[in-house]
Amino acid sequence: MDTISIKIDNKNFQVEKGTTILDAAKSVGINIPTLCYMHLHDLNTTHNPTGCRICVVEVVGRKNLVPACATECLPGMEIKNQTIRVLNSRKTILELILSDHPTDCLICAKNGDCDLQSMAQQMGIREIHYKGDQSHYIKDTSPAIKRDMDKCIGCRRCVTMCNEIQTVGALSSINRGFMSVVAPAFQMNLEDSVCTYCGQCVAVCPTAALTEVDHTNLVIRALADPNKTVIVQTAPAVRVALGEEFGYEPGTIITGKMTAALKDMGFDYVFDTDFAADLTIMEEATELLDRLTRHINGDITVKLPLLTSCCPAWVNFFEHQFPDMKDIPSTARSPQQMFGSIAKTYFADKLGIKRENMVVVSIMPCLAKKYECSREEFKTNGNPDVDFVLSTRELARLIKQTSIDFESLEPVEFDHPMGESSGAGVIFGTTGGVIEAAVRTAYETFTKQKLHKVDFKQLRGMEWIRESTIDFNGTPIKIGIAHGLGNARKLLQEIREGKSQYHAIEIMACPGGCIGGGGQPLHHGDSTILLARQKALYSEDKAKVIRKSHENPSIQKLYAEFLGKPMSEKAHELLHTHYFDKSNHVEISKD
Amino acid sequence: MSNRYRKNLLVCNGISCQQASDLALVAFINSKLKEYQLENEIKVIQSVCSNKCSIGPNIIVYPDNVEYSKVTKADIDDIIIEHLLNDRIVERLVFDKEKGNGVAPKKQYRIALRNCGFIDPEEIKDYIEKDGYNALAKCLTEYSPQEVTQEIIKSGLRGRGGGGFPTGLKWEITSKSVANQKYVVCNADEGDPGAFMDRSVLEGDPHSVLEAMAICGYCIGSNKGIIYVRAEYPLAIKRLKIALEQANEYGLLGKNIFGTDFEFTIEIKYGAGAFVCGEETALIHSMEGLRGEPTLKPPFPSVSGYLNKPTNVNNVETFANIPAIINKGAEWFSSIGTEKSKGTKVFALAGKINNVGLIEVPMGITLREIIYDIGGGIVDGKKFKAVQTGGPSGGCLTEKHLDLPIDFDSLTAVGSMMGSGGMIVMDEDDCMVSMARFYLEFIVEESCGKCAPCRIGNKRLHEMLVKLCDGKGTLNDLDLLRNLSVVVKDTSLCGLGQTSPNPILSTLNNFYDEYYAHVAEHRCPSGQCKSFLRYYISEENCIGCLVCYRKCPAGAISGEKKKVHVINQELCTKCGICMEKCKFHAVYLN
Repeated sequence: MDTISIKIDNKNFQVEKGTTILDAAKSVGINIPTLCYMHLHDLNTTHNPTGCRICVVEVVGRKNLVPACATECLPGMEIKNQTIRVLNSRKTILELILSDHPTDCLICAKNGDCDLQSMAQQMGIREIHYKGDQSHYIKDTSPAIKRDMDKCIGCRRCVTMCNEIQTVGALSSINRGFMSVVAPAFQMNLEDSVCTYCGQCVAVCPTAALTEVDHTNLVIRALADPNKTVIVQTAPAVRVALGEEFGYEPGTIITGKMTAALKDMGFDYVFDTDFAADLTIMEEATELLDRLTRHINGDITVKLPLLTSCCPAWVNFFEHQFPDMKDIPSTARSPQQMFGSIAKTYFADKLGIKRENMVVVSIMPCLAKKYECSREEFKTNGNPDVDFVLSTRELARLIKQTSIDFESLEPVEFDHPMGESSGAGVIFGTTGGVIEAAVRTAYETFTKQKLHKVDFKQLRGMEWIRESTIDFNGTPIKIGIAHGLGNARKLLQEIREGKSQYHAIEIMACPGGCIGGGGQPLHHGDSTILLARQKALYSEDKAKVIRKSHENPSIQKLYAEFLGKPMSEKAHELLHTHYFDKSNHVEISKD
Repeated sequence: MSNRYRKNLLVCNGISCQQASDLALVAFINSKLKEYQLENEIKVIQSVCSNKCSIGPNIIVYPDNVEYSKVTKADIDDIIIEHLLNDRIVERLVFDKEKGNGVAPKKQYRIALRNCGFIDPEEIKDYIEKDGYNALAKCLTEYSPQEVTQEIIKSGLRGRGGGGFPTGLKWEITSKSVANQKYVVCNADEGDPGAFMDRSVLEGDPHSVLEAMAICGYCIGSNKGIIYVRAEYPLAIKRLKIALEQANEYGLLGKNIFGTDFEFTIEIKYGAGAFVCGEETALIHSMEGLRGEPTLKPPFPSVSGYLNKPTNVNNVETFANIPAIINKGAEWFSSIGTEKSKGTKVFALAGKINNVGLIEVPMGITLREIIYDIGGGIVDGKKFKAVQTGGPSGGCLTEKHLDLPIDFDSLTAVGSMMGSGGMIVMDEDDCMVSMARFYLEFIVEESCGKCAPCRIGNKRLHEMLVKLCDGKGTLNDLDLLRNLSVVVKDTSLCGLGQTSPNPILSTLNNFYDEYYAHVAEHRCPSGQCKSFLRYYISEENCIGCLVCYRKCPAGAISGEKKKVHVINQELCTKCGICMEKCKFHAVYLN
């Protein structure tokens, strides 16, 4: 490591060459406050538009203060972080930002979890000296995301996520000066835009400008209704993140406590989405093998690679932006929707109740799931397979609202029959997990041999795009993995250009997969939290007795009693779907 | 003008003359010439502003060098019959130097504007006759790129767009950046209110800019030039397009220029009129099709600019100086001006001054010379109060600065800046608080909104100034005003926010008493801020006629017949109708 010497507040330091003042200061234990800055280290993403100007420092010899987050350290640089000039500037700027921000903190959705609020606290703001006009915008509510631009501070983290990471292009800055605001083009509603509801904008918003649509009250109402049987499913990524809301270290697995809390709240049955993930693998792996076999046998009409379809934001993405390729993804529904449709048929029959009297609630790390459950094709006579979706954050709020002492809860097991799952279902929550789960089943089905080593470490990791070739006993199967829609776009372009070599590609919209979903506890730019959650999922997989989806006895029983076999007519009706061309929102260039 | 015609009529095409005349004046003259069958002998040229806006429309007859002013359609027959056919000057239309109207040529020195008004900008041959493209030929055939760059460095030319960065040095830095493609960008996004230096060059001498861009391309190793021009400059765009077409046709742009293997092409991109797009990083983003917003420097455009390639951005006036420097030499150029600011500067004189218009003066000239000798002094002989230089982001200079030699550094030292060259003169009737408010209003409109101090800070500054002008300010507001001004200046992302509080800070420094009067004495010393006005009815003069009572639109006057009327100050809107209607001079102002 090349080092240079710099001075901060009259102390000499050796710091890494080429780093910013902010990073250099951090490396020697000096904390410079930031607001708009965001750095996702393991995802190689830095957002430093130098817009908020909170991180300004004095550099001797420079006329103006400079932003520490984007100014490179030069040898011999003399930096001052504590002068009156610096402190007064930061405080004045923060007062300016607060002067154009509502002060309804007590009843704000982000109360206690707001970067602006913490900054005001840290800087000891007690009075806003500069008062004047505030900007007001019409509030915009979509099926998943709420926009209250009165609370936008113009940090533009959401713009970076939406455009650079996700390449969705739904949000950008419009208008000028004091009237400038982040919005979809022509200030249309989010619902009319190309938004995929991935929720990454919400995940990084420092204030309550972007929040999830809150379904907690609807769930409370359903629980209070004596005529309803309320069942709940919990997604794999929730159990490794929910603890953070109750003070546990990131990556703490609190599955049993979560189940106990849900039971205490009055859910009639607490089930596991992992069960449905196993079901998804049964269908998706079968579909993959079907296409593969036909391909190997020389059928040129067969579409390869097969793309996974569990991620609803990803489905929205290709429906909007790649509708010419809508016959490539697997037709298998997502685990959430498979769960819903089995619950309201197979399980409702078992209980002997009508689907109208059953309420299915999902606890998801995701905001796009809120939209997914409202899609028309997932309803029977207007009754949705999944009624309500709560994000991990909403569940935490609900637990707090119901005065449950989370810490003292005794772990409880999931209910049967839809609570039993394999380790393959667990790893659905991380990038690389769905395809690893699919490979475990597809391998045994294809080769008719027992797979002894179930850990496919070559498929794991956090790199944006990964690839690996798995040897199916002499047949090399090429696997691609992408997380973040921008990376998905790259692989899709390859397919469109006929350059793709893969047999199967797993795509998850959010960085890190569902563990980094838009509904998860906020990581505030700390990507080590994502790594901890990922690690926890793999350790839970490892701890399971059953590691392969097709070995899940409840799944075997479901096929034997109800569905027949994977891809059967019944399975098609309940577990598969079709996609729509939504390109009327955007111009598609097909060449 | 062209020697291919017996005489040339230069009809001023400046905005002011266009507005003063019937817009169809040129067409009318052309039809008249046809009537007299003179169309093959006399050429009508739409020239650029001849700097005599106050006495326009102006027509100059060349080669006789006779200037006619305030010409109307009715005068055209006279000019044709008397002057063009019989060579007798129409004395009654001749510009009267004694009256002092119009900017006198004395003390001026034209380099950037050398051809403006003297050639037909739509005719490349006119430009070539004036040594046009000679400099490019010289550079390509006699000198290496390094030698040319050294010549520009030696000349001491500094960027005329406002920053004052040494042009030659910028070229040298860009030439040293290694890349497979580099760009030469001409910044023609002139946006200061009241400034039209660049427009005049583009409209009057477009080829000088094209030639200079090609020279720059040769020096930095670029074959691609882009002119970023405001879409609101239709005539400039039209003339640029004509000039480009002609230069391409003549082989002065394109491949193998002057038989060398140097290739250079130029394209035009249009700006939508955002002031901030004059900032070079914002300009580049706008050209890329992105939102016109600045980004942090470094990296400077000379390292990573348009499409992340090394890009040399210079302003129109800077480029217009280049061919002259090459033709006449760096020594000649550096002999003009001050120690650190060489050459001349074009200013747009406006405000309460007798001779408004464009002037080009050597650096180091004093404000007094500009205002009194060239500008003809203050309108109606009133007292000079201040001059705002550098446009909305500059500062004001006062009486004590009248003998300051004007250059880049002296202006910065007194809290103003050269800017692109706007000069707005104010007299004793102008309120300096109100002036600062005006400029901040402009800045609030033009801020891009990217950084918090500029987006919100300027808005708050403007609101505070409005409060002061409305008579609602307190002494505490003055402290807040100064603190916020300093912070916005110190912390904003780009040059716009870093200079926008200048009008406030310089007026606070030079005219604190006026601010004080607004908040502590509740009066506006110049009487410009209406909210301080109080109308009263004199008990002596009022006869109780009820006229003002009836006419007051705000119902602010109470009174009975034959009794003295009274104005309710709470309701009074200061419209002045009562004063206007009273026949007995009973209504008076405080």
